[in-house]
Amino acid sequence: MDLSTIYEILASALRMATPLLFACLAGLYSERAGVFDIGLEGKMLMAAMTSAAVAYLTGSAWIGLGAGIVASLIFAAIHGLASITFRGNQLISGVALNFVASGATILISQAMFGQGGRTPPLNGAARFHEMTLPFADALRPVPVLGPLYADVLSGNAILVYIALLCVPLSWWVLYRTRFGLRLRAVGENPESVDTAGVSVVRLRYGALMITGILCGFAGAYMSTALQAGFGREMTAGRGYIALAALIFAKWRPWYALWATLLFGLLQALALRPDVIQGALHLAIPGPALDAMPYILTVIVLAGFVGKAIPPRAGGQPYVKER
Amino acid sequence: MTRLPKWADLALVPLISLLLAGAISAVVVLMLGENPWETVKIMVDGAVGSPYAWGYTLYYATSFIFTGLGVAVAYHAGQFNIGGEGQAQLGGLGVALVCLALPWPHWTVALAAASVGAALFGAAWAAIPAWLAAKRGSHVVITTIMFNYIAAALIVWLLVEVLRPTGQMDPATARFAAATKLPTFQTIPGLDLIFTKKVPANVTFFIALLACVGVWLLLWRSRLGYEIRAFGKSESAARYAGISPVRVIMASMLISGGLCGLMSVNNVMGEAGRLLQNSSEGAGFIGIAVALMGRNHPIGIFLAALLFGALYQGGAEMGLWTSVPIELRLLLQGLVILFTGALDTMVRMMIAPFFRKRGAQ
Repeated sequence: MDLSTIYEILASALRMATPLLFACLAGLYSERAGVFDIGLEGKMLMAAMTSAAVAYLTGSAWIGLGAGIVASLIFAAIHGLASITFRGNQLISGVALNFVASGATILISQAMFGQGGRTPPLNGAARFHEMTLPFADALRPVPVLGPLYADVLSGNAILVYIALLCVPLSWWVLYRTRFGLRLRAVGENPESVDTAGVSVVRLRYGALMITGILCGFAGAYMSTALQAGFGREMTAGRGYIALAALIFAKWRPWYALWATLLFGLLQALALRPDVIQGALHLAIPGPALDAMPYILTVIVLAGFVGKAIPPRAGGQPYVKER
Repeated sequence: MTRLPKWADLALVPLISLLLAGAISAVVVLMLGENPWETVKIMVDGAVGSPYAWGYTLYYATSFIFTGLGVAVAYHAGQFNIGGEGQAQLGGLGVALVCLALPWPHWTVALAAASVGAALFGAAWAAIPAWLAAKRGSHVVITTIMFNYIAAALIVWLLVEVLRPTGQMDPATARFAAATKLPTFQTIPGLDLIFTKKVPANVTFFIALLACVGVWLLLWRSRLGYEIRAFGKSESAARYAGISPVRVIMASMLISGGLCGLMSVNNVMGEAGRLLQNSSEGAGFIGIAVALMGRNHPIGIFLAALLFGALYQGGAEMGLWTSVPIELRLLLQGLVILFTGALDTMVRMMIAPFFRKRGAQ
């Protein structure tokens, strides 16, 4: 295994990590506000389908992204209606919306394009293309850091950089703004927020809207940047893996970056059986590699990596005392 | 809030939820450019219009009873097992291994052995998420979902590399011996008067009915069942009363996995006669809708399974005769889970004014 292969895998890991990072930060906002959201998967799927369909029809990836965010926001609003307004079971609502999404995406794309639940392949401006960061070529000769910048970080779709920027932004919002303080408080102790005269319901809806927007980015990235078009069930459990990454990250933005990069690396390795076999001198069957990210998710969840304490009010609907 | 009478709570709320889900699906059908009324007629006719249609509806219902009961047992313990799909696929593996292991003399013996195999494999697949939930506090929803993906990969590998007979192209096990073939309804004396054409519904249906009774006895007439329900209602109270959380989580999840595994007797042994890829075809997920709609009670689950069996078979006919994609079933299933499981307060609030006592404000 030479250095260029390592850089290739790292670049692939960054691309695979991007939708996970968006989704993980999405989950971070809702869970920090005390609302479990198992429905990240469904929101990503809806956004992926809508983005690809609208990008194909309008020829603009940006309009596609906007439409994907709207689709994801609608699902976030339904989740809010069920779990905040009607105080329903948040886990069930999320699971239900995932089923609705997997049915609806196939129905809509089949009705629109008649290609067996796929959208037509995207090209040109309907897709987010790789962009070269400034000085990439000039810095390439610098040892180690040069190729890391020029071949791993540079040359990705703009959404990758937006995802990376969302990490410090989320940290700032959560820990340095009034909204962030209230958001964290409402996930730990909604009574105190209510006593202070701040609306629990409005805060939680606000958090869910941010979740919806970020899931919209995640889905749009899947279908208009990572791949050129929507395919049925294309998110393949990434919403759940992002939740596992969120637990691994202990509900913190910077840790979420490292956790999703780790999961991205695992997914990237699963795509390169030749590298693994070369390194381990073992013939690993394809299905075992496919299952790798899921197995490792379980291992991470098993808590062999330290104890994770979730926000205290997570999953409980808030009932105002009379 | 107004308290609803018990009958409204048990029957009216699920029915209105179903109607709401159906209404939204009808709008979708309309948007797809088909006539919803015609579509419903095709679905109803295809699901319950003839003994032949019933043969399919009951076949699907059999699978859904098992998975619905499985989800319900875990749910009573406060565990949300959405890994029924993977547990069912592993159950199918158990059935296949049992059926291929020995030259079974008669289907009755093979059925008994295959049922044990299916339940054991299903329970085994639930065991790791259960243990992780009980001992390490891992999120059971995420781990069971992950085990669904792992199960799919495992079955693909086994079918392609290990269990596929040499010379066979498609990834599947060898066909089971003819002696293991379960009697289908048209070969059972008495029932053959009604079912004249070949239908897939088979004797497993009666095992499913027994399982309903068994689950009722377990949950409401046994010590373990009491512990499961108490733990599900209040974990701290159950712990104070000396109920072991580890024991309850493990027992409920293993029984849940075993029941989900048992469904594979119906499709793998009763219908396909060999193990195929994705043998359970989403029945594990439908179990969630069935359990919620059936209010986690065996009688409710039996009725909800019949309903979903009809929807499933009717949906297949719809996919055949109209331009509506068969995935409408998935949408409907999701909507039923949403309305019965998460939005039932809304449904209750909708009907509450009709039950408000006159004069009382």
